[in-house]
Amino acid sequence: MSVRTVPETVAPPVVGERPILVALAGQPNVGKSTLFNLLTGLHQHVGNWPGKTVERKEGHFTFNGASYRLVDLPGTYSLTANSPEELIAREFILRERPDVVVAVVDAATLERSLYLVAELLPLPAPVIVALNMMDVARQEGIQIEPEVLQAALGVPVVPMSATHGVGVPELLETVERMARGELPYTPRLPQIRPDHREVLETLEERIAGYVPEPYPREWVALKLLEGDTEVTQMMRAALPPERWEEVHAVLRAHDDAQVAVASGRYEWIGRMVRAAVTRPRLGQIGLTERLDRWATHPVWGLVILASILGLVFWLTYTVGAPLQGWLEKGIGALAEGVRGLLTGAPAWLSGLLADGVIGGAGAVLTFLPILVIFFAAMAFLEDVGYMARAAYVMDGLMHLIGLHGKSFLPLFLGFGCNVPAILGTRVIESRRARLLTILLAPLVPCTARMAVIVFLAPAFFGPAAPLVSWGLVLLSLGVLALTGIVLNRVLFRGRRSAFIMELPLYHLPNWRTIGLSVWQRSLSFVRKAGTVILAVSVVIWALSTLPGGSAGESYLVRLGKFLEPAGRLMGLDWRLTVALLSSFVAKENSIATLGVLFRAGEEGLAGMLAATYPPATALAFLVVQVLFIPCVATVAAIRQETASWRWTLFSVGLLLVISLLAGMVVFQVGAWVAKGV
Amino acid sequence: MSGKPAPLSPDSVPLSALRAGEVGIIAALSGGHNLRSRMLTLGLTPGAEVTVLQNYGRGPMIVRVRDARVALGRGEAEKVLVRRRAE
Repeated sequence: MSVRTVPETVAPPVVGERPILVALAGQPNVGKSTLFNLLTGLHQHVGNWPGKTVERKEGHFTFNGASYRLVDLPGTYSLTANSPEELIAREFILRERPDVVVAVVDAATLERSLYLVAELLPLPAPVIVALNMMDVARQEGIQIEPEVLQAALGVPVVPMSATHGVGVPELLETVERMARGELPYTPRLPQIRPDHREVLETLEERIAGYVPEPYPREWVALKLLEGDTEVTQMMRAALPPERWEEVHAVLRAHDDAQVAVASGRYEWIGRMVRAAVTRPRLGQIGLTERLDRWATHPVWGLVILASILGLVFWLTYTVGAPLQGWLEKGIGALAEGVRGLLTGAPAWLSGLLADGVIGGAGAVLTFLPILVIFFAAMAFLEDVGYMARAAYVMDGLMHLIGLHGKSFLPLFLGFGCNVPAILGTRVIESRRARLLTILLAPLVPCTARMAVIVFLAPAFFGPAAPLVSWGLVLLSLGVLALTGIVLNRVLFRGRRSAFIMELPLYHLPNWRTIGLSVWQRSLSFVRKAGTVILAVSVVIWALSTLPGGSAGESYLVRLGKFLEPAGRLMGLDWRLTVALLSSFVAKENSIATLGVLFRAGEEGLAGMLAATYPPATALAFLVVQVLFIPCVATVAAIRQETASWRWTLFSVGLLLVISLLAGMVVFQVGAWVAKGV
Repeated sequence: MSGKPAPLSPDSVPLSALRAGEVGIIAALSGGHNLRSRMLTLGLTPGAEVTVLQNYGRGPMIVRVRDARVALGRGEAEKVLVRRRAE
């Protein structure tokens, strides 16, 4: 049982026909993405695993004339059904039976990263260990002899350093020979701790004959002992009831077996590495621990985090905003050009193309500079290893709203733009915490909303504008905290996912990894969100021009007038209501819409608004504007990341209710105060 | 089945009680099935040696286990019982 060869079900691949299927497995922070990017370059496709919100990366490459299909499995610490990622990784290996599984391990944390290998070996696909970060391990004073490790494991071990491209040809050669069946493959499998060996055998015996394809029986028995929820459910369905009762009784009597299984794996790892690793380190303190004295300090850590985030904002404003301005101008000129070309065509056609299509596509494009900067900042901080530190120092504060540290950065990104905030929630493993973060993210006032405030607050409130703007930001954050507390209680009954995570070693950034990450994320945003935004823009354009062609009598205006009674509760007339509705396409639209409805340029508009609306109305409008339904790009991102229309609608409904309630309270109180004065 | 307290032994203390620089040997884990599973996976198995790298008495803490640095919330660290190792 401890020696196994490649199962016969894996047909030897025929070079030149079906591409050789290679799965890339590894724990987080072991350099798996770097290796994936190195091998596939731009020949990669990023999507989602079917029915899941987990990123699926696949690519292809050729080596020695043969073509390879490389599937990047999600980075997971183990293959126990703790998360969708772990389930995806093991189901892929069990069902797709890759020709070779390349398990990337970090030489600097060898024991811990071999844990995944201990879980991979019992699965029916041959494993090659890519011993990555050999250079980092050497710096940390750890010496590893790959041949000794290979002899102990009984599977090929290839030393390498993906960041420097060292060892990659050797790895590919090993993959090729393994796929052709030219390499001996005699893995030594981990064993459960001796005190549980008997119960494992009993279980195997009890389930024999009932295990569904393609699951190996010993593996299923082990997963049952580990208390794996998926496998337990599967076997409860597969076994006859009385047999299940027997199995269940055995499991109940051994509910401590989880520890025995995991300890067994670590004892096996201990035996594997004992001869291969020498560590003459004598209390030497590495760079990471020296940096962490500052970066994770409860006070200095926050100061450093604040400075880094300040820098990100500074970059956004000095680089992103002008680019955004140029793009807007360029798109405006393009729209004019199209209008000019279509002077002979019917007005609706030029309007549809110039305002609807180009205007809509333009709205997507103008997001890009800010998105690219934020994606780059995120990828950079993640790649050098800082992201985990930011989560660590913010953990205490995030606890107050039912979240933990990992939700902080995505939420913070929301100040720039809510879209990267929502896409950024991918760093949160727990689905519950991720969902809560997605629901809260639109309450962070983004730059577009701030732009509206910055324009309207001085118009309405003159010298008090800075105070009003500051109050509006505080109000948003207060509402965010309150909503977090309430949602956590109501939806999730106060359950909080555990905060336990690895703090990876700091290392120099890999520009290729960062560049590809920015490229893929931007592309995926333009593709997925772009289509939704374009469609909604065209619809809003149609509503604002049809049926007469003049903005004054359009469906949108009729809708605004129809909704006016509701708006009145917040002191809003139909024009402000229409402005609010149009902000759904892009927040800054409300100013443009008011400009059209008042037939005034931006300069004249401020004065006209101040003359038209009393302070209570003005304040109510600003409050609703800040808390209102997120823009269509954000809604599209919410749909993309939750993969659920139900949660998307819930989010929209939630914000609608919150903003309208807040608007009403502010207007009624404001009007009452004004009467008293 | 889950959440039952780890067996208390007079000489074991929660990991959260160790100061920075102290070393402990893990005696037992309490907490729910999922939390225990995540801790075990990250190498916090009974018998493993943990060095506390940072503990300010409140908020999360950092330990080194099996050459890796692991951050734990205080609540999570309280569920790991360790025996202090004399230096």
